[in-house]
Amino acid sequence: MSSGLNLLETQGLQAGYGSRRGPHVIIAGPLSIDIRPGELICLLGPNGSGKSTLLRTLAGLQPSLGGAIDIMGETGGMHRRPAQLAKKISLVLTDPIRNSNLTVYSLVALGRYPYTGWLGTLNEDDRRIIAWAMEMTGIASYSNRKIGTLSDGESQKVMLARALAQDTPLMMLDEPTAHLDLPSRIQIMQLLHKLARTTQKGILLSTHELDLALQAADELWLLQKGGRLDRGIPEELVINGTFETVFDKEGILFDKHTGTFHMHSGGLKKIGFSGNGVAAFWTKRALQREGFEVTDEAGGVCVEEGDKTVWVWESFSGEQRFTELSELLKALRNG
Amino acid sequence: MMPSRTLSHRGLKLAALFLLLLLAFFLDIALGPVRIPLPAVGRIILSFPGQDSSWQYIVDQIRIPKAFTAVIAGCGLSVSGLQMQTLFRNPLAESSVLGVTAGASLGVAAVMLAGGNIATLYTIRELGISGSWLITIAGCLGAAGIMLLVVVVSKTVRNNVMMLIVGVMIGTITLSVINIWQYFSAPELVKDYLLWTFGSLGGVTGSQLYILGTVTLAGLILSFLSSKMLDALLLGENYARSMGVTAQRARIIIICSTSLLAGSITAFCGPIGFIGIAVPQMARSIFSTSSHRILIPGCCLIGTVLMLLCDVIGQLPGSQTILPINIITSLIGAPAVIWIVLSKNNINIYG
Repeated sequence: MSSGLNLLETQGLQAGYGSRRGPHVIIAGPLSIDIRPGELICLLGPNGSGKSTLLRTLAGLQPSLGGAIDIMGETGGMHRRPAQLAKKISLVLTDPIRNSNLTVYSLVALGRYPYTGWLGTLNEDDRRIIAWAMEMTGIASYSNRKIGTLSDGESQKVMLARALAQDTPLMMLDEPTAHLDLPSRIQIMQLLHKLARTTQKGILLSTHELDLALQAADELWLLQKGGRLDRGIPEELVINGTFETVFDKEGILFDKHTGTFHMHSGGLKKIGFSGNGVAAFWTKRALQREGFEVTDEAGGVCVEEGDKTVWVWESFSGEQRFTELSELLKALRNG
Repeated sequence: MMPSRTLSHRGLKLAALFLLLLLAFFLDIALGPVRIPLPAVGRIILSFPGQDSSWQYIVDQIRIPKAFTAVIAGCGLSVSGLQMQTLFRNPLAESSVLGVTAGASLGVAAVMLAGGNIATLYTIRELGISGSWLITIAGCLGAAGIMLLVVVVSKTVRNNVMMLIVGVMIGTITLSVINIWQYFSAPELVKDYLLWTFGSLGGVTGSQLYILGTVTLAGLILSFLSSKMLDALLLGENYARSMGVTAQRARIIIICSTSLLAGSITAFCGPIGFIGIAVPQMARSIFSTSSHRILIPGCCLIGTVLMLLCDVIGQLPGSQTILPINIITSLIGAPAVIWIVLSKNNINIYG
C-alpha cells in the first residue's frame, strides 16, 4: 500500500489508552493519514482532543489500539524496535528535563545516540552535525551553559537542536511553542518551516497557536473531540468552514477574512465604521473588543489630518470629533 | 568543542584525587591498634626483606585485605548509588535509602538465622568458598528482589518525595521482617547478626576477598558498559526510548548491576549507608559533568578515598577501639544529604 513517497502512513489507526478496568479508551481514529517529505504539518485541536496521545502513538511511545503504522517500510506499532525507529523519528516532548547539570552541548550531543558506538564517543561527522544543529537553532553561543540556567525559550531551542542532531527524516514535536513568548514562538515556527523546505524532513507538530499554524503549515490536521480528524491545506480548511466548526465555542468568533479569532460577549450591537490603513484596522479591533459588530454602514470614520488621526462620529446630537481612540471608546461606553 | 581548559582541569583533579587515594590507602594500612610507621608500610608492601615479622603479618593478613575491601566497597556503593539516581531521576536515591540494602540484609539474615547453629556468619566464612558464595548470592538476590519492587512502584509514582517515602517504607517493612525473625531466633545467632549490621571492612580475607572483588568488578563493568544508556536516561524514559534505548532492557541491566554491587558488598561488609548519595553528588560537582563515562570512574576514585578516610577515622588514632564503619559513614553521609536538600531546596530538580 505504501506509495514509497510517504515517510509515514497509517491505515485505520486508532489511538488512545488502555484502561485497567474495562475496555480501551479510543481517543482518535480510525485514521488513515500520511506525512510526505518536506512537509510541515500542524496538529491542532481543542484541549483534551488527544493531540499528545496521537503524537505519542505515531512516535511509538505508546501502543496503538488498532490499525497499522508504516514508517518508511517499518511496521509493527509498539513492537517496532526503538534502535531502528531512533534513526527515523526524532522527538521534542513536553517532558521536563530535570537534570540541570547537563551542558547544552552534551545534551545536543545525546541526539547522536543512535549512531555512536557503545561508549558514545563522537566522531568528526557527529561533531559536524551537532555544530550544524546548534547553528540552525541559534544556540551555539551558549553551548557550555548548564541546562538549569536556561530560560524556557532557550531550553526549547536546545531540545529542538537535540532532535535535529538525531538527523532523522521525520520529526515530531509536542507543543514546541508552549511557554514561549511571541517572538520565540514565531522564530521556532519559521525555523521548522525552513527546515522542512531545506532538508526535506517531514515535520509534525502539535500546537495551540492557531494563527501561527495557519501561516506556517503546509497542511493542518484538525483533531476533534470524538476522534475525527480533518486534514487539508490551511486555506482550504478556512474556506470550507471546517476550521470554524472544530474551534466553535461560546464567545469566540472566527473571522474568515483575517484568519483570527475574536472575543465577543454575545448580544452584538451594530456599529457603522469605515476607514483605511493601520488606524482603521486597530479601531475595528477596539470596537470588536467593546462588543460591537462592525458594519460598513455610515456611522464613524477615521481620517488622517496631517500626521494625526482623527475619529469623526455621527450621533443624534451631531458630529463628534475625537483625537484619541480611548476618548472615542469612553464616549461610546457612556452611550 | 570541549575546551581544552576543562580537560586539563579534569586531568589535574584526577591526579589530585589519585594522590589522595594513595595517601589514604597507606594511612589506612599504617593506622590501627598497632601503629606502623609509613616508611615501614612502604617497605613491607614493596616486600623489602628483613622487616619486623609481626608488622609484616599485620599488614599482609589484616590491613591490606581491609584496605582492599574499603576500595571495593567505596567503588561499588558509589556506582550503585549513581545508577539508582539516574534511573529514578532522584538525587537522593541510594541503596540504603530505597531499601535495597535492607533487601540484602534480609538475604543475609535468611542464611544466618535460618541455618541453625552451624550456620553463623563465622562458620559460613570458615566454610570457605562455598559459604562465601552462599552469602553473596543470598545478599544479591535479596537486593534484586527489593530493587525490582522499587522499580515497579516507581512506574506509578512520578513524584521524587513520594518515591523516597515509599522506598523508606519498603526498607522498614523488610527490616521488620528481619526483626520478627530475630525475635524467634537463638540469642547467639542474633548477636552474630547484630554485629554484622554494624558493618565492618575487616574480616574479609583470602578467597572471600576474591569473590567480593570478582562480583563487584562484574557489577562495575556492567555499569560502565551501560554508561551511554545511562546518559540517555538522564532525559527521562520517553526521550531515551526515542533515541533507541529499550527501556525494559535498560531497567533490567541497572537492576542487575546495582544488585550485584550493593548485594555483595552488604553481604560481606554489612549495611553501609550514605556513601551512595554523597559520592555521586561530589563527583558531579567536582567533574562538572553528567556524563557517566566520566562519572563512573570518578565515583570509583572519590568513593575509594572517602571509604578509606572513613575507615581511618574509625580507627580513632591513638585508641585501641575501632568504631563500626556504618557509624562513620552515617555521621558523614547524613549531613551531606541534609546539605543536598537544603542547597537545592527542591529535590525534584536533579543534578
